[in-house]
Amino acid sequence: MTFPENSVLVLLETSPSGTIAKSADGLLGAAAKVGTPVALVVTSPGKAAKAAAVAGSLGAVYVLTVESLDVETSLTTPVVDALVAAAKQVRPVAVLAAHSLDSREVAARFAIRTGLGLALDAIDVDKDAEGIFARHSVYGGAYNVDSATTVGAPVITVRQGAIDAQAEARRPAVTPLEVTPSGKPSATITGYEEAIVETARPELRGASKVVSGGRGLGSKEGFALVDDLADALGAAIGASRAAVDAGYVAQRHQVGQTGVSVSPQLYVALGISGAIQHRAGMMTSKTIVAINKDADAPIFDVADFAVVGDLFTVVPQLIDALGARKK
Amino acid sequence: MRIVVLVKEVPDTYGDRKLDLETGLAERTASEPVMDEIGERALEAAISHADANPGTEVVVLTVGPETAQKALHKGLSMGAMAAVHVLDAGLQGADVTLTAEVLAAAVRRTGFDLVIAGNTSTDGSGGVVPAMLAELLDVPHATGLTRIGITADAVNGTRAVDGGTFEVSTSLPAVASITEALPDGRLPNFKGIMAAKKKPLETMTLADLGIDAEDMSVGRSIMLTIYEKRAREAGKKIIDEGNAGEQLAKFLVDNKLA
Repeated sequence: MTFPENSVLVLLETSPSGTIAKSADGLLGAAAKVGTPVALVVTSPGKAAKAAAVAGSLGAVYVLTVESLDVETSLTTPVVDALVAAAKQVRPVAVLAAHSLDSREVAARFAIRTGLGLALDAIDVDKDAEGIFARHSVYGGAYNVDSATTVGAPVITVRQGAIDAQAEARRPAVTPLEVTPSGKPSATITGYEEAIVETARPELRGASKVVSGGRGLGSKEGFALVDDLADALGAAIGASRAAVDAGYVAQRHQVGQTGVSVSPQLYVALGISGAIQHRAGMMTSKTIVAINKDADAPIFDVADFAVVGDLFTVVPQLIDALGARKK
Repeated sequence: MRIVVLVKEVPDTYGDRKLDLETGLAERTASEPVMDEIGERALEAAISHADANPGTEVVVLTVGPETAQKALHKGLSMGAMAAVHVLDAGLQGADVTLTAEVLAAAVRRTGFDLVIAGNTSTDGSGGVVPAMLAELLDVPHATGLTRIGITADAVNGTRAVDGGTFEVSTSLPAVASITEALPDGRLPNFKGIMAAKKKPLETMTLADLGIDAEDMSVGRSIMLTIYEKRAREAGKKIIDEGNAGEQLAKFLVDNKLA
């Protein structure tokens, strides 16, 4: 099998049940923008065909599939071995992977093993006469930086939810890929538990609207106000680190430097003071609304619409008013 | 057992952080450099294991400018037994691959059974150094751990990923990284601070480690352009006089956000 000269090799992440991760849309969209998307899917036996079809529907022109029992028990290494084998066949102009924990570690080991340069946490991918380069947003969105690598194809990890571009659906050419295991030592997976999705609310990462709550909610019970407004707006739920530390809400909802970075159309901050660590994770939101009883809260410096007032009167009134307007 | 803990000097996130628009490098004078908090948590995990298991040696390792010694002193005050500092002007602007190569060489030279690092720093936020280090050292990685268990010959833990959680384990030697779900680092006490002054702090250069930072045969990430984005400006601010909720609803509807 020969691949086009402008092939971009895209590692698609799959869950243990074989489902393709949401990051696939943006990765294939970005790949189509700068070349021909060639997807690699690595699954446990019997799950590759379905994953390959999904990859095609998201824009993969070619799909290389690897089915391996090792992925169930061996952390990272089987996927790195598959990516090495795929790159050898495809000779891509760039390799793209999600910046999730699993995929970025595959990309990192792959870059070391192949001697290629690594560009991390890109928010966009583009090309010029010199080749493909990555765009990054650093220090909480205060700076934009373009980077390239010095030797061969760049290996680029892409921030989840950062790229909106979507590729046209394809009927892909699917080829099983032979992989010679490297025999590199790896950690053993002894158990897996899929996260339970509690509600029909959108997932925080990549959500178009986010309602976040902070210490100002006062208690776990008070945090229900965030849920109510999120449901009224069809938004995902976020939180400041203070609210997470206080036990109001699970850690996976944390927005900020050490949590999830979001850039939704609408970000509503309830009772969040807006420490720089929090702002770093939401400053690229299109519209920011903040309600806080402290008129000097730093969150107001970045808010497009700021309300100084009591959450527990303003938010119920807001929910009522939104409900009334819908009728 | 010897545990090497990676620590890093970062600009304090409580202050303004700046990049030099000429060189693209961090302006180290713009904000107070501090030891990254996640590194303190990694060190805490190692020291609390050492507390319970005599014969465990904890070494803190950093790559960074002269000021980074402050982070090492803090680590020694917290209870690490020795410190290693890779200090070399050739490392200015080092990318993640070169940094991992330097760390791998320093770890190998120091000797290790287990390396523990934070999952991601607050300044670079790449989150790949532990995996790169494991690849370079030819050992397994057990990373992104929200729980870590260390035994005489193995490490295990819970690895949280987007869709769920994995339980992972591996024999030593290995590289582990932990998340901020782990406990805060302990505060150094007076005794610790005094004791730290007598502990060994070794400085290494690239030449000591046999690394050529200018080696062009290995792919490096380079910065092409940089620009500062215009700071966000504050918009409309109202004080609730009984109808703020309604005004906000109107704003959202007018802007097609509700």
